[in-house]
Amino acid sequence: MSKIVLEHIDKFYGDSHVLRDINLTIEDGEFMTLLGPSGCGKTTTLRVISGLEKPQNGKMFINDDVVIDADNAFYEEPAKRGLNLVFQSYALWPHMTVFENVAFGLKIKKASKDEVEEKVMKSLKTMRIDQYRDRYPNELSGGQQQRVAIARAIASSPKLLLLDEPLSNLDARLRIDMRAELKRLHKETGTTIVYVTHDQVEALTMSTRIALFKEGEIAQIDTPLGIYTNPIDLTAADFIGNPRINFINAKGRYNGDTLTVTSPFGVYEFKHETLKLDEEIPENVEFDCVMGLRPELVDISLEDPGKKHTIEANVYASQPAGSETIVNLTVGEADFLALQIGLVEYDINQKVFVTLHPSRMNVYNKETGRLIKFAKVKHHAGEE
Amino acid sequence: MAKPKAKTKLPRKPLTKERFKNQVRNVVGNPFNMIVFFSLLILFCLIIIPLLNMIQNSFIVAKAELRSIPGAKIGDYTLYYWKYLLASPLTKTIFWEPLIHSLLIGALTTVISVPVGALIAWLMVRSDIPGKRVLSSMILIPYMIPSWCKAMSWLSVFRNSRSGSLGLLTGLGLNIPDWLAYGPVAIVLVMCMHYYAFSYIMVSGALRSINSELEEMGEIQGASKAQILTHITLPLVLPSILSATIMTISKSIGTYGVAANLGNRIGYYVLATRMKEFINDSPKGVGYAMSILMISLAAITILVNQKLIGTRKSYATIGGKGTRSNLIPLGGAKWPLLIFLIIFLFVSMFLPLFVLVMESFQIMPGAGYGADNLTLYAWIGDIENAPSELYAQNGLFRNSEFGRACLNTAKLSIIASIITSFCGQFLGYITTRGRGKWYGKLTEQLIFIPYLMPGVAFSAIYFSMFSQPRLGGLIPSLYGTFALILLVSIVKHFPFASRSGQSNMLQIAIELEEAASIEGASFWKRIAKIVIPLAKNGFLSGFLLTFISIAKELDLIAILMTPANYTLSFLSFEYSKEAMPQVADAICIVIIVFILVCNRIANRLGGDVSKSM
Repeated sequence: MSKIVLEHIDKFYGDSHVLRDINLTIEDGEFMTLLGPSGCGKTTTLRVISGLEKPQNGKMFINDDVVIDADNAFYEEPAKRGLNLVFQSYALWPHMTVFENVAFGLKIKKASKDEVEEKVMKSLKTMRIDQYRDRYPNELSGGQQQRVAIARAIASSPKLLLLDEPLSNLDARLRIDMRAELKRLHKETGTTIVYVTHDQVEALTMSTRIALFKEGEIAQIDTPLGIYTNPIDLTAADFIGNPRINFINAKGRYNGDTLTVTSPFGVYEFKHETLKLDEEIPENVEFDCVMGLRPELVDISLEDPGKKHTIEANVYASQPAGSETIVNLTVGEADFLALQIGLVEYDINQKVFVTLHPSRMNVYNKETGRLIKFAKVKHHAGEE
Repeated sequence: MAKPKAKTKLPRKPLTKERFKNQVRNVVGNPFNMIVFFSLLILFCLIIIPLLNMIQNSFIVAKAELRSIPGAKIGDYTLYYWKYLLASPLTKTIFWEPLIHSLLIGALTTVISVPVGALIAWLMVRSDIPGKRVLSSMILIPYMIPSWCKAMSWLSVFRNSRSGSLGLLTGLGLNIPDWLAYGPVAIVLVMCMHYYAFSYIMVSGALRSINSELEEMGEIQGASKAQILTHITLPLVLPSILSATIMTISKSIGTYGVAANLGNRIGYYVLATRMKEFINDSPKGVGYAMSILMISLAAITILVNQKLIGTRKSYATIGGKGTRSNLIPLGGAKWPLLIFLIIFLFVSMFLPLFVLVMESFQIMPGAGYGADNLTLYAWIGDIENAPSELYAQNGLFRNSEFGRACLNTAKLSIIASIITSFCGQFLGYITTRGRGKWYGKLTEQLIFIPYLMPGVAFSAIYFSMFSQPRLGGLIPSLYGTFALILLVSIVKHFPFASRSGQSNMLQIAIELEEAASIEGASFWKRIAKIVIPLAKNGFLSGFLLTFISIAKELDLIAILMTPANYTLSFLSFEYSKEAMPQVADAICIVIIVFILVCNRIANRLGGDVSKSM
């Protein structure tokens, strides 16, 4: 069990600055996901934590013990940090059997034969691969290799488990199974986990918190729900959610108390309690803004439901996919998606009524790209 | 979108006592750093210093020239040697003629062997030529026969009365003119039979990496076979053809054995042969100067190659998955092309082997294969009972020189290849693990230098460095010692051995080691438990290929040879200068058989001759 603190970490490769002032606190027992597109620095951060990379700036602590102090060129060896790492490629040693792979670290630590046997079998059983103990890695399927890699990492009961895109080499079905497996592992062992992925579904489904990376910086740290509901900027909003969020161009005006947004959907007013006041919001001038609208928060009805914030829309196309239906809609110049549960058929150019929920919309300043109005996390029945 | 971020510079930190202590500990405490340090040091001492030393020696008065340079003392700086070479009445004979000969031979060899090699590659990879399996197992055998062996079999066929004993054709009553038997025509043709392999190996590699879907797409667009070939296939393999061209030019300019065997008898000199004469006689400084010029020539061609290919290299490896390639039907051209291949193999493989074997059994070369002209003398004869007075030595297996040469060859190849391949693995480890880091690049560049140099020129460097005591007598004069020959063989094979080490190490993903280091394994433990077990096979095949290459080497050691150190190759080369070539032939056969056997074993272990370039 351990708490990890990263302070002002900078990493350079030659001239390129790949980690820019990373500050991150991972609490004991957390499942922290580092999320972002490829090349954003999330794997490098993981490798810095593991000790395989040496950052040029910053400090790192595990349970208040200094493990990195770049100013004094101090870097604790990976093996002494009490952690283990599962590589994206699994990195199983091809010349060793499953048992030998898992036992390697214990043998290095000079554990007794009985202890090695016991711990290896325990972790093989945890991952449900004990029947393959004498096979070589190339005699196993991808999913089984994955389990061996995890078994190897947990055999020495590390206080901190690092996982680098562990599911990216598996097929879609296996991935869902392994997600459940990892969640269970986290619960059972209580180990702090740092998990790197570019897959937002993995991040949203498994983590206790997510650190969203962007070009070597951490753009946002929040719970999965927080990140999903209020992505900090347009790029983050675009990245999180499938189907992706709708962006509607609009005009904003802020008088110091109320933000008035004029959009193709109508005019909305937001009180200052819902605004993110530490961001740049021009006062008393009209400025360009973007409304963020999740597709599942667009309700479609065939008859006018007579509710507030209901407008008429035109069906551009509908894409029924069994459990859900994606509907492309247009209102004036604006086009957007709606997500409906179940199989619904619409005709092209059919007229429908669309009910929106302004309190659950995000508003972004178009110029800075930053969030200026929070969406409400929970929707209570009867509101708006 | 976010604005581009201001570029932050790498911070400079104040050097505190604590920081300094930790930094020293980080560097010294890591065995890898120490290995890198010592490797760089050794490479520097073995490559850079000898090279600089030879350049210096070409400007310094040596004892032998004291009388030729009035008023000079030993060790004075002088332009005498360079003037002798480039601006003296002799310049035409000792510089321009050999240079023009070398360039001519390089150009002609390239013009012939590159298209031939490329065509064979295309036939073997992309066409439906019959008998592919058999052909492809044989197509590289001619390359494995040392080029100077082929030169000897050329002589066995074409020798005329000038050589003392006759060749096969002269024996049949044909009058073979000098221009065919010796000189440029012979040299070029023999080299072509050898260096076709460069373009074959490179082009077939490139062709294999091309996805046949690219060609099929052309077909769907309505291109004819000829159009596909010229517009799609050829441009894609062009970089490899260009590489092969440059390699062939550079290698054929630097070759010594073939040119010496086929040129010296009629006074046809190239740079390599002329240079050896100067270095073994004098003024040696002139030889050094020539060697510098040869190195520059080779270096320029190879660097040009890298410049030209550099940007387009990625191009040749477009491939993606190893999809099944659909072969291109040759139609009516099938049989003529097959016949061409068979003739090529006949001329470059069967004929040389046959002629050498047969001649080794003849009493008089060129006198036909009748029973009255056959003898086992060259193999087991005793000079007392020699069937002809022209024989100068005992048959092979009663010949003490042969025994000694066998021993020398075995000693040299075994020791050198063990050391070379060990170093190669380490150097390969450093270059792969240091990819993109300064020491990785530096190591790669240092290792590359011996590759730039023709074998003769390279040994000239060592000759100049070690033919006198060094470090105030700490290193005695090594000329004539086995140690010097060993050293040259080791360093010259560094590029190949480390290339093989590199490809070996590339197969061992760095994560495998990182995983071990996270588990707490130290550097040496990682090497012992992870790297060595995984590198074993690659190491063995790399070792065997180096072994073969050193065992057949002639060019590299020719300058440094003294009778006590004769290897099989050099002994055969010496014997071939005498009237009766049978014993020399027999040695050739022994070497060839040995090479083929070793190569078979290396192949079993997953080695590939094509890597030995």
